[in-house]
Amino acid sequence: MSRVSHTSKPLEQHSSGTLSLYLSGFIMSVVLTLAAYLAVTTHVASTGVLIAIVAMLATVQFLVQLFYFLHIGSGRNARWKIIALLSALSVVFIVVGGSLWIMYNLNYHMTPSDIHKYLNEQGGGI
Amino acid sequence: MNNFMQMIFGRLQLTEAFPREPVTAFAAVGMIMTGFLVIGALTYFKKWRWLWKEWLTTTNHKRIGVMYLAVAGIMLVRGLADALMMRTQQATSVGSAHGIVSTDTFQQVFSAHGTIMIFFVAMGFMFGLINLILPLQIGSRDVAFPFMNATSFWLFTGGMILVNVSLMLGGFSSAGWLAYPPLSESQYSPGVGVDYWIWSLQIAGIGSLLSGVNFLVTILKMRCPGMTLMKMPMFVWSVFGAMTLVVFAFPILTATLAMLALDRTFGTHFFTSGGGGNAMMYVNLIWAWGHPEVYILVLPAFGVFSEVVATFSRKRLFGYTSMVVAIWLIVLLSFTVWLHHFFTMGAGADVNAVFGIATMLISIPTGVKIFNWLFTMYRGRIRFTSPMIWFLGFVFLFTLGGVAGVLMAVPAIDFQVHNSLFLVAHFHTMIISGVLFGYFAGLTYWFPKVFGFRLSEKIGRYAAWCWIVGFVVAFTPLYILGLMGATRRLDHYSASLGWQPLFIVAGIGVGIICVGVGLQVLQLLVSIILRARQGKPLNDPWDGRTLEWATTSPPPVYNFAIIPTVTSRDEFWEQKQTKRRPAKPMYQPIMLPKNTPAGLLIGMLAMAAAFGFVWHMWWLVVIGALSAIIVLIAQSARDEQETELSVETIARIEAGEKYA
Amino acid sequence: MNNEALILHEQTVHTKTNFGFWLYVMTDCILFASLFATYAALRGNTADGPSGQTLFDLPYVLAETLVLLTSSFTCGLAILATNRQHKTQAISWFAVTMVLGLSFLALEVNEFAHLAQIGAGWQRSGFLSAYFTLVGTHGLHIVVGLVWMTIMLYQLLQRGFTAGVRRRLSLLSIFWHFLDVIWIFIFSIVYLLGVLPS
Repeated sequence: MSRVSHTSKPLEQHSSGTLSLYLSGFIMSVVLTLAAYLAVTTHVASTGVLIAIVAMLATVQFLVQLFYFLHIGSGRNARWKIIALLSALSVVFIVVGGSLWIMYNLNYHMTPSDIHKYLNEQGGGI
Repeated sequence: MNNFMQMIFGRLQLTEAFPREPVTAFAAVGMIMTGFLVIGALTYFKKWRWLWKEWLTTTNHKRIGVMYLAVAGIMLVRGLADALMMRTQQATSVGSAHGIVSTDTFQQVFSAHGTIMIFFVAMGFMFGLINLILPLQIGSRDVAFPFMNATSFWLFTGGMILVNVSLMLGGFSSAGWLAYPPLSESQYSPGVGVDYWIWSLQIAGIGSLLSGVNFLVTILKMRCPGMTLMKMPMFVWSVFGAMTLVVFAFPILTATLAMLALDRTFGTHFFTSGGGGNAMMYVNLIWAWGHPEVYILVLPAFGVFSEVVATFSRKRLFGYTSMVVAIWLIVLLSFTVWLHHFFTMGAGADVNAVFGIATMLISIPTGVKIFNWLFTMYRGRIRFTSPMIWFLGFVFLFTLGGVAGVLMAVPAIDFQVHNSLFLVAHFHTMIISGVLFGYFAGLTYWFPKVFGFRLSEKIGRYAAWCWIVGFVVAFTPLYILGLMGATRRLDHYSASLGWQPLFIVAGIGVGIICVGVGLQVLQLLVSIILRARQGKPLNDPWDGRTLEWATTSPPPVYNFAIIPTVTSRDEFWEQKQTKRRPAKPMYQPIMLPKNTPAGLLIGMLAMAAAFGFVWHMWWLVVIGALSAIIVLIAQSARDEQETELSVETIARIEAGEKYA
Repeated sequence: MNNEALILHEQTVHTKTNFGFWLYVMTDCILFASLFATYAALRGNTADGPSGQTLFDLPYVLAETLVLLTSSFTCGLAILATNRQHKTQAISWFAVTMVLGLSFLALEVNEFAHLAQIGAGWQRSGFLSAYFTLVGTHGLHIVVGLVWMTIMLYQLLQRGFTAGVRRRLSLLSIFWHFLDVIWIFIFSIVYLLGVLPS
């Protein structure tokens, strides 16, 4: 079998990227990273709210990198890659979310009552 | 000197490692002798070159499929031997008698039995049939990644060899087929058994994961022109669903096994009973994998039944769309029920209730499938071939066993029967009548396609009946015993309980099953010996409906000289009805994947590394792993992985002048 | 095989390999998800030892994060050069990516060594076992990526932009970007949320 000949033109595109796409993705990611970092280090809100802020910023950066770096939605196999990704994310949510709910529940029910009492007195608790 | 020996051999001491107990020692010696016999036979008949060229270095999906079936079949014998030992033990170990094996050996026997049956028999049969039939049914020449396919097989085999080596060297795990901590931690299982378990599953698991990716890409990217998703055979849909489950569930197993290995080897505290470990997390994770796993096993079996029932009712499958929807409901729901395996671990009623309801829901799509098969049979022109007998046994037994499952989906009831023999009987009903009968039916149905001659129908029917009757005799007593309070994994019990007669009946049942297996072996031998009587191999011995029957038996190496174009479901059936004449063929050169020893090498090197891990022979771990990686890189960097079959050669193969 | 058939064949191979590799990346997501779940479950199990609050050095981790993020960007630039078949540019940008990747790794190894030294190694508690394994598995993937990059640079120098080399480079870039995506979650969930009082 003969080798593919080297031509000066690219035989086909191997990626849907352009310089502006990568650059904008990079800048947005840096901004989102710094935003999350500063939010936490300056303690800009209560813990509960901070968790929500960090989670949101992470999700947005995830989507940014998915689109700007990984070019999801364009190029070959676009449709099936999105289906695969959505399925994987569903499984992640079910398994991780389910596990957290289950483990929290198990830890609570399987802790002896006098330990509950002790933890509550110490200011903590399950 | 001592230090040096320790570095080379780790914690392996050959004199200590070989089994002492008579039964185990006998089995080990038997295995070694069989090994020598096989090597001797290969040498005497000068078959090494043939073995290397035709089988060990093949990347052809049909050859790989046959090898999977061979390994699965051998492991079935090993698993049944374990079952026989357990039945014998439980029938005789009453009161002052203590049966045929020690307590610790019994623990190893049931651990090995479960591990082998699930990971090497069921998975092996499944991957074997998928490899053989999937590309043919979608009109393709091979799977998406032939080299990776071979690697998957050899990783599977490496895991299998490791389990069997444990019998001879050091002993297997005594912690059950899922090795729950804290028992499986180094504090309570300080030997090598659990490590053998971890690493054989880890290697085989990687093989399965790669196969999952391979078959998904095959289905989505290699269907012949015209075969839209809704025109695919139902077996292909079932494989699509099962491989989706593989791809999403097996990484959980990989992670969990790794964490247990870290605990045992490096003293981490994931699941230990101190130091901040949480053993319940292991149970949670392992079943998040474990429940999808059982659907991975059963979905392709359901796919086989769809093909078998339609063919032998001479009717198209009833309710195609609802069957597809049912598969995907099962896939989705199988990720939402895993807690039902540990209702009794201590979660609150709210959590238990949610998972209990989800568990009941998952029985609905399965029920839809059963009704669709029965509706397919209704008003069909039925031939009661042995695949149909496997199917009928399945319908009857699986429905009953499934109802037992719905019963246990109610947490309050499960609290009474969890880990009793009622549970054991339920899941064996599911796996034997569902998974095993399905794959036996598939084997019988597709055997003539793969090998070019039919199996003896008469012996096959006797074998099926032995399995069905034997199963009922073996497991009905276990349902009863479970309700009477008998727990699983007992190696001895008090005579006053009155359980012994039921255990004896169960033992007889396994005996009948063994007769069935003996008949299956006989069937194979007789059919091989008498195959010349069948004359020229038929392309289509059953009057089938799908594309695999359009090829010769066995198919040529490239499956289809001309890739078919499809315009309907059951395309081959439609072609036969309208007697469409295919146009005069214009052959094009065909690219075929080359043979390579890389898959074999990677599998065996991975196994060597795993063996090193078990015995703390760190040099072996490093060398084995590094070598496997180097082989992988070298193979992937090869630009010439295919050879070309010329038009002249194709014409000669098609004309029957040349065998390929 | 004539040139047209060859091109079609190569396109088919690339399509299958691209999709297959994406599926593998999805399985890696599930693997990391399992490790994340374990980390979340064991987060509070400090066994009277140090917690994230006392151990995590956020400025240091921010530096690590920005280094890895930049490497993901330069990898994109390298792929752009590959598409245009500019050999020197491609090799340079991949080399930069590798240097940044190695720096990330060095920072991480240093962090791990420091923790081990002060008695906060992975044997100390369930929390630390989970932490080291989650972050360490990501680190191992980085090592794999760097080894792969080295091999690809060698192939690029030896063979030029053959179809196989370009195909494998595109897979490598998917892998490298994916590793930064995972790091977003490690940075956010392990480190940022880790210093918050629970």
